Amino acid sequence: MSLESPTPRGSVLLPGPHDVTRHRLPNGMTVLVRENWTSQAVVLRGILRVGSAHEPRDAAGLAQFTASLVTRGTARRSFADIAESIESVGATLGVGCGYFLTTFGGKCLHDDLPLLIDTLGDVLQRPTFPPEHVSRVRDQILNSLRQREANTGIVAYQTFARLIYPPDHPFARSVSGSRDSVANLTRDDLAAFYIAHYGPRDSILVVAGAVQTEAVLVLLEAALGGWQGATRPAPGLPAVPNLSDIRQETVGLPGKTQSDLVLGAPGLDRAHADYVPMWVANSILGQMGIGGRLGERVREQAGLAYYARSTFDAGLGAGPWYARAGVNPANVERAVGLILDEMRRMRDQPVAAWELADVQAYLTGSLPLDVETNESVASELMDIELYGLGLDYLYRLPGLINAVTLADVQAVARRWMTPDAYALAVAGPDMVTG
Amino acid sequence: MTDPLYTHLDNGLTVILQRATHAPVASFWVTYRVGSRNERSGETGISHFVEHLLFKGTPQFSARALKRAIEREGGTWNGMTGMDATKYYATLPAERLDLALRIESDRMVNARFDAADVQSERTVIIAEREGHENSPGWRLGEEMRALAFRVHPYHHAIIGDKADLRTITRDQLYRHYQTYYAPNNAIVVASGDFAPDVLLARIADLFGVIPAAAPPPPVTRAEPPMAGERRVHLTGPDPTAFVHMAYRTPSVSDPDYYSLTMLDAILDGASAQHRSSRLYQALVETELATAVSSSYGASLDPYLFSFSATVRDGESPADIEAALQREIERVAGEPVAEREMAKALKQVQAQIAYVTETVGGQASRLGTAEILGDYRMLDNLLARLQAVTAADIQRVAATYLVPTQRVIGWYTPQAAAWERSRP
Repeated sequence: MSLESPTPRGSVLLPGPHDVTRHRLPNGMTVLVRENWTSQAVVLRGILRVGSAHEPRDAAGLAQFTASLVTRGTARRSFADIAESIESVGATLGVGCGYFLTTFGGKCLHDDLPLLIDTLGDVLQRPTFPPEHVSRVRDQILNSLRQREANTGIVAYQTFARLIYPPDHPFARSVSGSRDSVANLTRDDLAAFYIAHYGPRDSILVVAGAVQTEAVLVLLEAALGGWQGATRPAPGLPAVPNLSDIRQETVGLPGKTQSDLVLGAPGLDRAHADYVPMWVANSILGQMGIGGRLGERVREQAGLAYYARSTFDAGLGAGPWYARAGVNPANVERAVGLILDEMRRMRDQPVAAWELADVQAYLTGSLPLDVETNESVASELMDIELYGLGLDYLYRLPGLINAVTLADVQAVARRWMTPDAYALAVAGPDMVTG
Repeated sequence: MTDPLYTHLDNGLTVILQRATHAPVASFWVTYRVGSRNERSGETGISHFVEHLLFKGTPQFSARALKRAIEREGGTWNGMTGMDATKYYATLPAERLDLALRIESDRMVNARFDAADVQSERTVIIAEREGHENSPGWRLGEEMRALAFRVHPYHHAIIGDKADLRTITRDQLYRHYQTYYAPNNAIVVASGDFAPDVLLARIADLFGVIPAAAPPPPVTRAEPPMAGERRVHLTGPDPTAFVHMAYRTPSVSDPDYYSLTMLDAILDGASAQHRSSRLYQALVETELATAVSSSYGASLDPYLFSFSATVRDGESPADIEAALQREIERVAGEPVAEREMAKALKQVQAQIAYVTETVGGQASRLGTAEILGDYRMLDNLLARLQAVTAADIQRVAATYLVPTQRVIGWYTPQAAAWERSRP
């Protein structure tokens, strides 16, 4: 039996050209707005074209440190004023940083949107980098870096990244920097980085939720329309050589019980023609259910791990493809063997027709669930604008997914899942002292 | 939003149906009144172990068939075990919700508990526990619970002790399942785009035929008051120190629950960000700690009002402890200003709006509230918190946040061992 819905259902469900307004401010910021009045909540998500890729090599962590300071005081508001006014209405406001982008955004109830937008405009345009906050935030970053150095999952990933990317590539170092680099960064470094790189050119702001489009555009014009900060393109990325061999590194961390392993190779960027077939292939290998074939083999059959899955980070840059698992140190070798075995199987034999059909049904069928919240709508619209996919992308996407063939899946597996040329990093119990 | 339909089937199953039409999706949750609270020594972790085995199939649906059926519809599903409840959910396109009903009614009584599955899942769960053990904060939390509760089963971690995970048998697991998985010990909640009367009829068809079981045994091991403060000090190679403080506090059914909830909101904020909160101002802005929080949650039996702080490198855990103590004395000694009360209430109001944005969030909240006593708890929350006075907050702080009823835990690094391991 099928339950009939009492609601007449049209074909219009996903965000698209019919309900998203795209508007460009004269200073180069693109704004996308989608109204959704099912609750009083509003979400803002934005990006600026600056990230750790813009840092001088000896200043790792500078971009993120700068981003952390932006909300710590402006020419008009102290840190305490910002925190008190935003939190008093149950809103959030944050600025973060990645390899190529600085992200900003927040969430609030409808009535508080003018406050959130005005504060956002202020922090992006007029940060003052108060010295006492530079010092306090530096200590917080150093404390967090110390904790990360003792986290097996993070250490395994960073070791893996160093094995596959050349030392001058931004992917080879953490966006957070290192304790040595962050300890040496000064207030002047942050202020200079801000002046050199923070600006509206090619920036994007998405608003989703209980807003009137015209009203929100007026607010944004007032708060951000006059912004004229400088931006500079990121320096060119060094070439990433393909791996031709197997590289391994094991890091011992005392006091640990479990080992985390990361195994993979350089991958592709979002614009690559292999993106959709790779999405399908990776879902089969390491995502569907509790980790695709890897989860089935390593967790369900062998009982070796609580998690085993694979991921590929295809963004503005060609991030890696990798599998990861958390296992008892005695089982690392066996888990690696099973992962390599599954990579070979993806290359050597076409996946079953039913497997491909299942993953296609899942990826297309989950689209309405993926855009239930304002957060997820904002995130989809951000990707659409950032990668130039077109506002009708979510309507075209099922066709792109369903066009992937068994041969396509095998071809991308052969190109990117390379069991004879990979890097393997393991971080776990220090066998000498543990 | 309209009021949910609330009813019971003849076999004791509680049914709550909340229609929401903002998206063509629906979420179906089954919540069982069983968790680590219902476990005895030698069987710790058994509720969570049973939850894992409910994903291993029934004679009608194999594990693979279950997974494929949900995924082919683009759905998501999972299970979660807590101290007081175990929950299963599936979120699906609304017109496919029947699939969740068929799966959940089947596995309420027909899960296989195959011996081979018990063995492979045992090592998966031990691996899950070993992943937690990598975190010193998690290990400190486990020690704190054990110290705070000598008698009541809240004393052990939900995942259970390794000794029990290694030795619990298939028959013990099956008996636990038979004892607690029955319509009279369960609540089904659906939220989403459906016709409640049609859905109720279908639930009655599928779940109504399952016979009620004997009422599960009551939890009898009530925790006596503490005779004095208890302390634990862990050390290890992880480089960052933590301080945890936890005070024994009443359960959700106590009238003081709402005053304690407001106390938590005053100290730590009730928002996702809390940089303007009293604790953040007193510990992080003064550069004693790099992070601090308090928490007080709703539980069936008396549990804890907890504080935790990450010690800034070079600062001492004793100073952190003293700073927390000063904030407790301040809130117990001086009435909270009207403006601060209004801020906390507005934060709660915003959080309620945010969590009810999704069908999954709505259904989860309704099931939890019903387990704790009343499915309308969230609707009434704001009004109950508005009724709390500044004097109430002072009173509960002075009554419950007292040294004799607390547990204090420190984790501090053995710097020498850590430095030795650095390259």
